[in-house]
Amino acid sequence: MKFLFPIAQRIFYAIALLIAVLVLNFSMLHLAPGDIADTIAQASGGADAEVIEQIRKDYGLDQPFYIQLLKYIGNVLAFDLGHSFFYNQPVTDLILEKLPATLLLVITAQILALIVGVLLGVFSARNPNGLASYVVTFLALFGYAAPVFWTGILLLIAFSLKIPLFPVAGMIDVTVEGGFFARAADIALHLVLPVITLASIFLALYSRLCRASMLEVLGSDYVRTAKAKGLAEREVVFKHALKNALSPVVTLAGLQFSAVVSGAVLVETVFSWPGLGTLALQSIIARDTPTILGILFFSAFVVIVGNLLTDLVLRLIDPRVGSKA
Amino acid sequence: MSSDAEKEFIEKARSPFSEAFEMFRKNHAAVAGLVVLIFIVLAGIFGPYVYPGDPFEMVWAPFSPPGDEGYFLGTDYLGRDLASMLIHGARVSIAIGLSAAFLTVFIGITIGALAGFYRGWVEEVLMRITEFFQVLPTLLFSMVIVALFGATLPMITLAIGLVSWPAVARITRSEFLRIRELEYVMAARACGVSNGKLIFKVILPNALPPIIVQAALMVGSAILFEAGLSFLGLTDPNIVSWGQIIGSNREYILDASYTVTVPGLAIFVTVLAISLVGDGLNDALNPKLRQR
Amino acid sequence: MTVPLLKVENLRIELATRDGVAPVIDDLSLELGVGETLSFVGESGCGKSMTALAIMGLLPEKVGRIASGHIWFNGEDLTKADDARLRQIRGNEISMIFQEPMTSLNPVYTIGEQISEVLRRHKGLSQRQAHAKAIELLDAVRIPNPQARVDDYPHQMSGGQRQRVMIAIALACEPKILIADEPTTALDVTVQAQIFDLLRDLGQQTGTATILITHDMGAVAEMAERMIVMYAGRKAEEGPVDQVIDSPRHPYTKGLISCVPHLLDTLTDERPELTEIGGIVPSLRDFGKNECLFASRCTIADEKCRANRPPEAEFDNQQRSACWHAGQV
Repeated sequence: MKFLFPIAQRIFYAIALLIAVLVLNFSMLHLAPGDIADTIAQASGGADAEVIEQIRKDYGLDQPFYIQLLKYIGNVLAFDLGHSFFYNQPVTDLILEKLPATLLLVITAQILALIVGVLLGVFSARNPNGLASYVVTFLALFGYAAPVFWTGILLLIAFSLKIPLFPVAGMIDVTVEGGFFARAADIALHLVLPVITLASIFLALYSRLCRASMLEVLGSDYVRTAKAKGLAEREVVFKHALKNALSPVVTLAGLQFSAVVSGAVLVETVFSWPGLGTLALQSIIARDTPTILGILFFSAFVVIVGNLLTDLVLRLIDPRVGSKA
Repeated sequence: MSSDAEKEFIEKARSPFSEAFEMFRKNHAAVAGLVVLIFIVLAGIFGPYVYPGDPFEMVWAPFSPPGDEGYFLGTDYLGRDLASMLIHGARVSIAIGLSAAFLTVFIGITIGALAGFYRGWVEEVLMRITEFFQVLPTLLFSMVIVALFGATLPMITLAIGLVSWPAVARITRSEFLRIRELEYVMAARACGVSNGKLIFKVILPNALPPIIVQAALMVGSAILFEAGLSFLGLTDPNIVSWGQIIGSNREYILDASYTVTVPGLAIFVTVLAISLVGDGLNDALNPKLRQR
Repeated sequence: MTVPLLKVENLRIELATRDGVAPVIDDLSLELGVGETLSFVGESGCGKSMTALAIMGLLPEKVGRIASGHIWFNGEDLTKADDARLRQIRGNEISMIFQEPMTSLNPVYTIGEQISEVLRRHKGLSQRQAHAKAIELLDAVRIPNPQARVDDYPHQMSGGQRQRVMIAIALACEPKILIADEPTTALDVTVQAQIFDLLRDLGQQTGTATILITHDMGAVAEMAERMIVMYAGRKAEEGPVDQVIDSPRHPYTKGLISCVPHLLDTLTDERPELTEIGGIVPSLRDFGKNECLFASRCTIADEKCRANRPPEAEFDNQQRSACWHAGQV
């Protein structure tokens, strides 16, 4: 109960945030220049009178603002994000179709960046003049300064055009035949370059923070206690120091979820990865407003879920989290 | 009283500014970054006069490699002079970087200072708003703004500022929370100094060092952000920018990879220079590090 | 006297500082017998903790090192022992408790885990056996309701309780030597006495020899049989506690003792005035000089003191003093 209550509170807060996103969406729709029904249909005046009429009815555009808003929120809570007139499909279906590809990319990149970043951080903290230290310093500069789409194109030129190791674009090669494993291997092959590209930004952040946090923890009193117990070096570093050094890194990773999703938009565009980012760009070019707003809502949802998971992981790592209150 | 001793004393007790400058000067990477940055800014301001030519004009056969016919960076897929585009692009990148960073810092300081100074429900409300903005994926959010309100330079600047301020707000708030409890603030408060004066004249100047460092980094982030948007094609089509050159040429990397690598390098070098300067400022302005 | 359990011979520890290398411990020798309690006394920065860390083989990497001398433990020279051997000894045959109970326990593991970890490492106990033993140990260090507390995390305990847990960890493997580095400095006065009682009782029960590092003269008088007074990395005086306190043979010891208020004198009595030792401890860069380092603060110092480092003068009653004027003090 003690453990569950704060989590229930967090979930309640998360729902409030999501409703706030909806209010923002709706306000932007109203603030945007031009007639709302036109904006939604995105035909710039030339749309079918019947379609425009339908939109006015669906969104309740003849009613007062707050009723429109409540109606919009009510629709979304019933998993109805509106209709895409460009794709002629419900927006929810469109998004759910593309979501798995984005989640695969985002989650794999986060995990890769965390694991490699933490390992680099640990080794460079153990040996400040070693190879790992130089790698961290280099990554920290490169990861911040290099535009992620440029990194992606460079990798693309190097590892699929000059040396054809990986496929140039997409997620699935339709010519690949075989069972589940053959197809999984194909997707994995397509995943390599996009994931490395996306992870490169965050790898830099995590390894630098992990190094700083490890250096601090290695000088702490409880690490001295662990050494005084006669524990092996490995246990001192990985059991006693790392678990403490991990908290700030996990917290940062949680805060980065929205940046990872942002980065994914660019990476998806570079590698033609069939995810939400590609969909977002296409619908912006097609001026397909319901889809764009739906994606913004869904990506906020992904970020919020990511934050909740981070919170849970933090609680598992550090017993002091949540017991303070 | 010997004036020599007095002079010596004055020389030893240098102003914090000159001491920070000294620290910065010792950081060779930061000085190199600053030199590169000054060069890029000068190129952006005076480049178009030194190297005249319309970046949109087709001057030579498309995909001419660098050096061909005197076009030392070659031409792009429409046969436009890449060097000219790069120089004109510098203007846009730097202008947007600076103005968006200014907007970011302005919003961030306002929100952070109010939250940190007034505490209580003001802080609660403002920090919830900050958290809300951190939940929205920055690039997607600015894409939506640009898509709905038009891809003009002011709108792009506004979009970047609107999504980037939470980091500055958080830093400002935590500095304010720390400083407002210090003795000299208490003393000023006890003397009846008004809240406005407390915020702007007493606390803010002391909270500035980390904010300045963050502001420097924000310029870099804003340049990257603008590059990302224009790479996606969400920019004013009548203005050249580095990201846009990459975006419009990226389908032709097989024919002419330099049309992508060179402008990318320009972004990379600029942002790298900014971040080196930021590191240098951090060392120079952080008195704790100075004692090492 | 039989072969001592621990014998430190002419130990010199050097510390890398900004101004070069400084000997934080200079030519220190001492002996510790089985089950004996020896106290290390001196102002902060005089090298007490460095000696303890050197015995544990835990001098800060790249900063401190043993330049010369030997540390004989049971006939084995620890200065020559390799890391693996030192790890076998640490926490098992020689263990240590630290000054800061608030930060010395790992915040992310239960205290049960932190106690049983040593037992698993050195005594080869299974998870379950170690856990059961941990509960016994918590009981032994007088933590109420050990069955329940064993699964607590450090932040759920008070400073005094955490120091008890540290003692439980240190004594888990029934070591031959326990080094207690200012174990009560960070604690409330009422808790200090309890911790000292606990240390003395458990030490007697297990026959563990104790090195007590402290600047609390009251604790020294109560706990220890012999004491060593350190000043600026050098031994100033050594001898049985009651004799040293009764008739110090070094001006520094004398000064230290007269700093301690005598609460037990009846209030109506006229009490001796409290004195202080004037001046300050020399800086690290002066530590290696061939002179008496206390000379600048000493009331009886003369030219000889400022020109040469005094040798140890030995008295009949096992008292030794590194002072040119030891006989006159």
